[in-house]
Amino acid sequence: MQVNGYKPLIVAFCCNWCSYAGADLAGNNRLAYPADVKIIRVPCSCRVNPMFILRAFQRGADGVIICGCHPGDCHYTSGNYYTRRRMALLFSMLDYLGIEKERTRVEWVSAAEGAKFAATMNDFAEKVAALGENKRLEDLRCKK
Amino acid sequence: MQRIGVFVCHCGTNIAGTVDVKAVADAIKNEPGVVFSAEYQYMCSQAGQELIKNAVAENRLTGIVVCSCSPRMHEATFRKTAAAAGLNPYMVEIANIREQCSWVHKDMLTGTQKAIILAKAAVAKVNLNTPLTPGESPVTKRALVIGGGIAGIQTALDIADAGFKVDIVEKNPTIGGKMAQLDKTFPTLDCAACILTPKMVDAAQNENIKIYSYSEVTEVGGFVGNFEVTIKRKARYVKEDVCTGCGICTEKCPQKKVPNEFNLGMDNRHAIYIPFAQAVPKVATIDPRYCVKLKTGKCGLCEKVCTAGAIDYNAKDEYVKEKYGAIVVATGYNPISVDKFDEFAYSQSKDVITSLELERLMNAAGPTGGTLLRPSDGEHPHTIVFVQCVGSRCDACAQKGKEYCSKICCMYTAKHAMLIRDKYPDTDVYVFYIDVRTPGKNFDEFYRRAVEEYGVHYIKGMVGKVSPEGKKLKVQGSDLIYGKQLHIDADLVVLAAAIEPDKSARPLATMLTASMDTNDFFTEAHPKLRPVESPTAGVFLSGTCQGPKDIPETVSQAGAAASKVIGLLVKDKLKGNPCVAHSNELMCNGCSTCEKVCPYGAISYVDKEFRMPDRTTKVRRVAVVNEAVCQGCGACTVACMSGAMDLKGFLNKQIMAEVDAICK
Repeated sequence: MQVNGYKPLIVAFCCNWCSYAGADLAGNNRLAYPADVKIIRVPCSCRVNPMFILRAFQRGADGVIICGCHPGDCHYTSGNYYTRRRMALLFSMLDYLGIEKERTRVEWVSAAEGAKFAATMNDFAEKVAALGENKRLEDLRCKK
Repeated sequence: MQRIGVFVCHCGTNIAGTVDVKAVADAIKNEPGVVFSAEYQYMCSQAGQELIKNAVAENRLTGIVVCSCSPRMHEATFRKTAAAAGLNPYMVEIANIREQCSWVHKDMLTGTQKAIILAKAAVAKVNLNTPLTPGESPVTKRALVIGGGIAGIQTALDIADAGFKVDIVEKNPTIGGKMAQLDKTFPTLDCAACILTPKMVDAAQNENIKIYSYSEVTEVGGFVGNFEVTIKRKARYVKEDVCTGCGICTEKCPQKKVPNEFNLGMDNRHAIYIPFAQAVPKVATIDPRYCVKLKTGKCGLCEKVCTAGAIDYNAKDEYVKEKYGAIVVATGYNPISVDKFDEFAYSQSKDVITSLELERLMNAAGPTGGTLLRPSDGEHPHTIVFVQCVGSRCDACAQKGKEYCSKICCMYTAKHAMLIRDKYPDTDVYVFYIDVRTPGKNFDEFYRRAVEEYGVHYIKGMVGKVSPEGKKLKVQGSDLIYGKQLHIDADLVVLAAAIEPDKSARPLATMLTASMDTNDFFTEAHPKLRPVESPTAGVFLSGTCQGPKDIPETVSQAGAAASKVIGLLVKDKLKGNPCVAHSNELMCNGCSTCEKVCPYGAISYVDKEFRMPDRTTKVRRVAVVNEAVCQGCGACTVACMSGAMDLKGFLNKQIMAEVDAICK
């Protein structure tokens, strides 16, 4: 994905039970999405610590997306409800710090929604690419 | 420092087609901790696994990264390989460079670059892996089957035959399900009742099987091997163990105008009823919506005529708690409501019926005693039109119908057409179809017999409109092969309605935390390799709750689900998931936040003595995780304010290392 010649760096956290399987299904069905999206597997979306997201932005990520099971379908009953609340808070704080709301997203993708996964990633990557490089939280000490 | 080996798989051309695997193996060589890297055609094959084992021995590896397909596919395989090589199985990490890289990217350069980054992230994680040992939990040697149709009955019989206890929970007053309503079954045309009712009786008489009829599952707790299930036994106002099923009450009951569900409302039953003659258990049930005694307090006739004294108007819903090792879902299907298809005039004319209604009209125990008569005037129909795919394969009308093929309609329509032509040779039978789909043993031969021997008129095309005019139904349709419009004056129109999962499936899936697809069919753990297991451990699938199926397929899946259940129940202990939460008691301040977010109640608090630097001791309250109960979601790790809680296998520092590797 390139917008104005910029290729973004996107970190996607996917829960093992729904979204990671949804990403696998996108692969099974050969539904293309930008290679800029790199997936990290977590047991549940509620495993995603705000620290991880801050770290990603600190190290130069341009966008972070968290995917989990649909509300009510969490493998661990209630994990995605925690995600929903925690991320609502975190994202509004990040917005205050100057990291645009388009750079962060929570999306519900079930194991059967390969097409939704690919569509979500295409859309997210396009929006992040359009915003260009993210330098707000970047820690220059991390640069070699 | 770890000594890590990286193994990059070609997967034939699946990966090597888009990813330069050699470049990946070369690029990863200089990563911290990596002492060995190799690529091979098929890493999961015997030879590939040998390669891994030899590399572990020769290079004294302590960790393994396999760059291959999804961990959901082969993580278990490579963990076993590691164990065989003498490593802890949890020292293996998979970089998913097939489903999430080579298959979704077309360009070799970007594919290779991404694969290298994913491999680096996996190496960064393995560098911080620690050996883990799973805990063990006992297995309750009893299975639960939810749904008492042919799928549930067959599963229960197979499990019971292996010597394990099984309970069937059925929401209706009798087991038997949809199959009990059918007349004859394709492709052999044997009567459904003749092959089903002996199985129902077997289930009732089997000492290992307990049937909870007129009951529903209301709560599911626990985990594989140790489920705790609450079953609601709905009040049937008849003592099940006292009623002899003589049926006198059902004859004497004055409330006769209750639509009979078993005959799809085409005739009436009494307020106290036995659904059909071969019902199991053969016990009467009072329908509280219609019973005069329960509604107004007057009547009480059934109590007077019951010689066994089985009637109990004061019965209440009862809740039973049971423990199970495995749960099989067999909730089945229903035909969709065809009211919304206005073009077929289902709600305007009694003579437009669904195929299931036709089954009842042709059944010897049905409302007409097996004689095919028009529901409106009781006359014999001479021209019958069948419409296929009503609501199935419905792309444009997604709100009204279903996108999928319901699979069974082509065959049962051929059966109906054949049976009608056989019994009433003076009847003209037309079938409108999009495609005729008859794969299956002796299925196409069966369909061809309908056309060739029985002279059923098959017309490729759809019906545009059915309009009732006088006693006739005017059917307008198109014949796509001859390219012309057809007008048929029919006496009876039969709609092959699409099938959909039972409405009880969705709330049940939520209780079981089993996943469903967008059509509310249960998802299997793997569409090809694990077709009868749900992704939730200990939950298995049987029959049409997983997708449209005919009876032979349902019975084979029921047997397969039973064999999986037996494979689980024969084990005395189950190895748990070692990736569970763990609290660092030196950091824990006993604030109870983690306890509140834990959905399983796995966290408790103990007072523990700590030695302080000044040689005094101090008692502090700290969190302790019960590893047998923890399922490893990680909610507590984020809630913990002091950073004491962490999740083994997905440690904070491991995920951070992955983030760092990706963002380098």
